Amino acid sequence: MAKVVIDREKCKGCELCTLVCPQNILVMSKSFNKKSYHPVEQINPEKCTGCAFCAMTCPDVAIEVYK
Amino acid sequence: MAEKVLMKGNEAIGEAAIHAGCRYYFGYPITPQSELTAYMAKRLLKIEGAAFIQAESEIAAINMVYGTAATGGRVMTSSSSPGISLKQEGISYIACAELPCLVVNMQRGGPGLGSIQPAQQDYFQATKGGGHGDYHLIVLAPSSVQELVDLTIKAFDLADKYRNPAMVLGDGLLGQMMEPVEFREKKNADLPSKEDWALGSCKGREPRKVVPFNLDPYELEKLVAKIGKKFEKMQDEVEYELINMDNPDIIIVAYGTVARVARTTIQKAKQEGINIGLIRPITLYPFPYKIINQYADKVKHILVSEMSLGQMLEDVKLAVEGKTKVSFYGRTGGVVISPTEILQEVKKILK
Amino acid sequence: MNKVFSRPKSLVDIPFTYCPGCHHGIIHRLIAEVLDEFNIREDTIGIAPVGCSVFAYLFFDCDMICAAHGRAPATATGIKRAKPDNIVFSYQGDGDLASIGTAEIIHAANRGEKITVIFVNNAIYGMTGGQMAPTTLEGQITQTSPYGRDSKTMGMPIRMCELLSTLNTPSYISRVALTKPSYIIKAKKAIKKAFQFQIDGKGFSLVEVLSTCPTNWGLSPQEANEWLDKNMIPYYPLGEFKNSEEVS
Repeated sequence: MAKVVIDREKCKGCELCTLVCPQNILVMSKSFNKKSYHPVEQINPEKCTGCAFCAMTCPDVAIEVYK
Repeated sequence: MAEKVLMKGNEAIGEAAIHAGCRYYFGYPITPQSELTAYMAKRLLKIEGAAFIQAESEIAAINMVYGTAATGGRVMTSSSSPGISLKQEGISYIACAELPCLVVNMQRGGPGLGSIQPAQQDYFQATKGGGHGDYHLIVLAPSSVQELVDLTIKAFDLADKYRNPAMVLGDGLLGQMMEPVEFREKKNADLPSKEDWALGSCKGREPRKVVPFNLDPYELEKLVAKIGKKFEKMQDEVEYELINMDNPDIIIVAYGTVARVARTTIQKAKQEGINIGLIRPITLYPFPYKIINQYADKVKHILVSEMSLGQMLEDVKLAVEGKTKVSFYGRTGGVVISPTEILQEVKKILK
Repeated sequence: MNKVFSRPKSLVDIPFTYCPGCHHGIIHRLIAEVLDEFNIREDTIGIAPVGCSVFAYLFFDCDMICAAHGRAPATATGIKRAKPDNIVFSYQGDGDLASIGTAEIIHAANRGEKITVIFVNNAIYGMTGGQMAPTTLEGQITQTSPYGRDSKTMGMPIRMCELLSTLNTPSYISRVALTKPSYIIKAKKAIKKAFQFQIDGKGFSLVEVLSTCPTNWGLSPQEANEWLDKNMIPYYPLGEFKNSEEVS
């Protein structure tokens, strides 16, 4: 069991986290945040292994990981 | 009373700085002030916890000063004219960050590489800001080795009092000459504590930020206005000396080395029945406008003499407000004015 | 569930001012993690440069000062000499460290100042809008090398780690990148080592971090990472250039 918590408002939609996720469960949201970015969101959360690659890669420190 | 010792001007500044509690010196050799850098090396390298660095450049030196000043350390640098030009960006940062430090300029002839002989050509640079932006230095102008000592100590205190860089503006002649000096017991000036702004460990307090910029024009305007208020307050620090001011035929305004020369002119003139008064500004910023203005009512002529093309001259004219005639006699390029030259000029005017 | 990854305490909880995909944020986080792990936040004084990361003073939750362009190593020297018990780090870009501030970095390194320098090399000037940096690659197009950097008139990109490693006095010099998680883990180790050298009083340490500038490179963050891997790493090899603890 693992989960990620994404701070939608800190995310700038750079997509770097989506490229390193081994499970391919991070995708860009269709909606906008307050800064008009499409923030990242997680699909199929049950697949998350808590590897934290996404958080490590995030330039805006917008992701927390629980395991 | 402390014992009198015979010292060279540049070395006397160094000893005065140490006497004043300065433990950090960053500088770069340049004639005619190199003895000061060497003196600080000799003294500070033997004091535990003190720092002396011969920096890679004047630019590095002033930015080291900036760092130490931010920690609240009593710190100085020194140079001569071209080197002071190099320091100007750093001085502007220090003024913006409202940090205290001492900069000593033992002026030499300019512009450019100029000469290594004494001059007073950096008056504008020293008193009107020097670097970019709206700021002033506190500028003190000694005219003897004893004053190099006393004003160095005073400059540190004024810098601390106003959290603003201060400058001792001497010249190559004052730096190279030897005179007996004494290091008087230090009066403990009532200075504000640095505890509430100095960088260090943020344990038990909010982290502090030394930030010499603000991209919000309205916020930067507030900061500049706050700094400007300090300059208004500084006007109380005006200091000058009046010599032979009992009903003079003419008044000379001169500072530093030229003021020394003018004293001799006064003696020579007396023998010829001419009565010359001398106003000697000791603080160049703040400038003694008021006293000059008062005397402008009383004399027919004021002669400004400087080793420049006429820089302080402009401040004297501002002070006089057109109430009397103002003339100028100057030599440049490192030529020291002689007492006879000034006397001849006085005679020409009085004719 | 336990929190296995969270924002380091030494990083103030406000959004960064950097463009999407810019690596400054990752580097800030790594430094902040190191300050947390060594428990030195309260004793650290950081120096922000001129450039995009001038705002670094806002992001680190320790005492900070903004230096003049290129002069951070001199300012760091002044701080460290007055406060030898504090930890002092400077954060500098390539224009700052490898162009206008070359004298200061070389001499601070050569004096063996006990400071840590984090050098962010993204091969371009960011804040001023994409002009040529001393580290801009040969042929790279920038605002001031619009036909590509021509080595005949503009020289070759400067390799600062290699240059500084010719000096005897620096203790630790290393180059890292952040384009994949394995690199990021190595980068963290290098930054930690650099601070360890300072904590142990061992002398000057510097970590060069190859970094992207998607905005001024005109690439997406993903393309920027790929460009860095393909073009920068071959010219700027990763690894340790100096480690005074190891016998060479």
